[in-house]
Amino acid sequence: MNYLRYRILRVIPVFFLVTFASFALLNILPGDAADAILGGADTTDNTEGLAEAREEIRKELGLDRPIIVRYFSWLGGVVQGDFGESYVQIAPVWELLVERLPVTIELLILSQLLALLIAVPCGVYSALKADKIPDRAIGTIAFGLVAMPPFLLAILLVFLFAVAWQIFPASGYFPIEEGLGQNLYHYIMPATVIGLLESPVLMRVLRVDLIATLQEDYIALARAKGMSTRYILFRHALRPSSFTLVTVLGLQFGFLLSGTVIIEQIFSLPGMGKLILDAIDNRDSMLLQGGVTLIALAYVGINLVVDMLYAVLDPRVGRSAGAKS
Amino acid sequence: MSDTALAPGDIGRLKEEKAEKSAWSRLGWVFWIAFGWVFLISFSALFADLLGFQDPLKTNLKNTFSPMMSDGHLLGTDPVGRDMLARIIHGAQVSLQIAYTAPLISLVLGLTFGISAGYFRGKVDGTIGIFVDAILAFPNIIAIIAILYFLGATLFNMILVLGFFGMVGDLRVARANTILYAEREFVLAARAQGASHLRIMLKELLPNVMIPVLALAVIGMSRVIVIEGILSFLGVGLPPPTATWGKMISEGYTELAFAPHVTFLPAAAMFFTILSFNLIGDRLRTLTNAKTGQL
Repeated sequence: MNYLRYRILRVIPVFFLVTFASFALLNILPGDAADAILGGADTTDNTEGLAEAREEIRKELGLDRPIIVRYFSWLGGVVQGDFGESYVQIAPVWELLVERLPVTIELLILSQLLALLIAVPCGVYSALKADKIPDRAIGTIAFGLVAMPPFLLAILLVFLFAVAWQIFPASGYFPIEEGLGQNLYHYIMPATVIGLLESPVLMRVLRVDLIATLQEDYIALARAKGMSTRYILFRHALRPSSFTLVTVLGLQFGFLLSGTVIIEQIFSLPGMGKLILDAIDNRDSMLLQGGVTLIALAYVGINLVVDMLYAVLDPRVGRSAGAKS
Repeated sequence: MSDTALAPGDIGRLKEEKAEKSAWSRLGWVFWIAFGWVFLISFSALFADLLGFQDPLKTNLKNTFSPMMSDGHLLGTDPVGRDMLARIIHGAQVSLQIAYTAPLISLVLGLTFGISAGYFRGKVDGTIGIFVDAILAFPNIIAIIAILYFLGATLFNMILVLGFFGMVGDLRVARANTILYAEREFVLAARAQGASHLRIMLKELLPNVMIPVLALAVIGMSRVIVIEGILSFLGVGLPPPTATWGKMISEGYTELAFAPHVTFLPAAAMFFTILSFNLIGDRLRTLTNAKTGQL
């Protein structure tokens, strides 16, 4: 299991690099928490003692220490589950993140389910009719969808379903505690946008794998035995062909944690993305740093798990990839 | 990686195919429509001032949200009465300036690091790999928004940031193809002649690796248009009154029910431009048979 050890060890420098890069970036860029607390007042002209006030705040927050020192003291906190304190919202960063996380995760789960609901039937049908008209038609639509920026699709759906026909709400959020039905109702539009945009990727992957599987001898045997096409497809071919699909699904999940920013903004969903955008707006560097770290950790973790599953389930991967690296 | 190399029979087959149809006709009519759209929009953006469009900044509060084909305004007017056609063309200037420059930066960075990683392997490869993983793990859209928000959203900053974050794809393909070519006879021959590493990378590897990466860079052009659109839509793009597609869309969005064309015209311009770049890149990629590398 040399490959796995290599993958796991590699996570460590990646984690340091990501957290330090974001930490450094937030500290090099003009404007810090002290400015935010002073409400963005101009501290260069020292008329009302603002410069002194700024220095005092910086000292209190520990912002006057060298960046390396601050990074490691922050990192020491993270290891113990303490992501620091948001200077703007006056609350622990961790609590703020955990409060918003479920909204984003529910959005992701729903949208990935929708993506699968679209991608699997389309992918199977495409593979079955490979290079014939239905396959080409589905492929063309998929190609068009890939060219669709997320906010354009969101606007289009809002126009159709909220403005023209008024079936779904244009925006808003309904907590799950106050009723699952209403909650899901408000999730349909944003989840559909992400699901639709994700489905072409999943569909293509499934199509390619399924076409390859359908060439296998055991499929020919099943056909020779007189089994129906449907039975062969769903009983024999789909499972061995869905391997890459599951991998891509996992990877997309990690990637989408930050990819939902704009969708959350358009549909006013109080998720991670919106929290982080607000953090940028408020120059709330600790919150921003915490959000970036959490997303990066999730991304690296999901990638690692997917990789390990891949290597465990398919021994060929470990060997060839290990040799490659 | 041996399974991806061309077998001797393949080369013969490829030659036959080539003899049958010239490269131009194999691109197909869809490619030429896409190319035509890109040419049209690029041409109008480039010569916007000479082509006699109206002033994209001239407001007229008596004539807001006027419909398409209304007097004097072919595509109507926006929420403050500015000419939509002129603003779409000037928005194209922004999108296309970014589309033609940022992917070039990505290309240069991606080729430099990708060829180095694929050629030297070992520690160089490992180090570059860690950087690539870090860039991937870093939530890109958030990083871009944060940097531009703090540094100020100028066209120059935007191009640099988008160029930097766009390099990962180019880098991976460059690396994968370098590995493929590094063992080929012409590279070994150059090495046997005592050519320096730099010379091998520039003269032997670069010309071969370049082609598939270029095809990917075309798709990178649509990627940066999307990101610029997102930034403008969120209000962290170029400051007003500069016309950008994303900002026009977000300005129209509040009056979606009342005047949908104010939102959907720039949206359509954006969609067709992205679609066209994707189509062109896709055709070029099929033609050059690029390997999408893994790192």
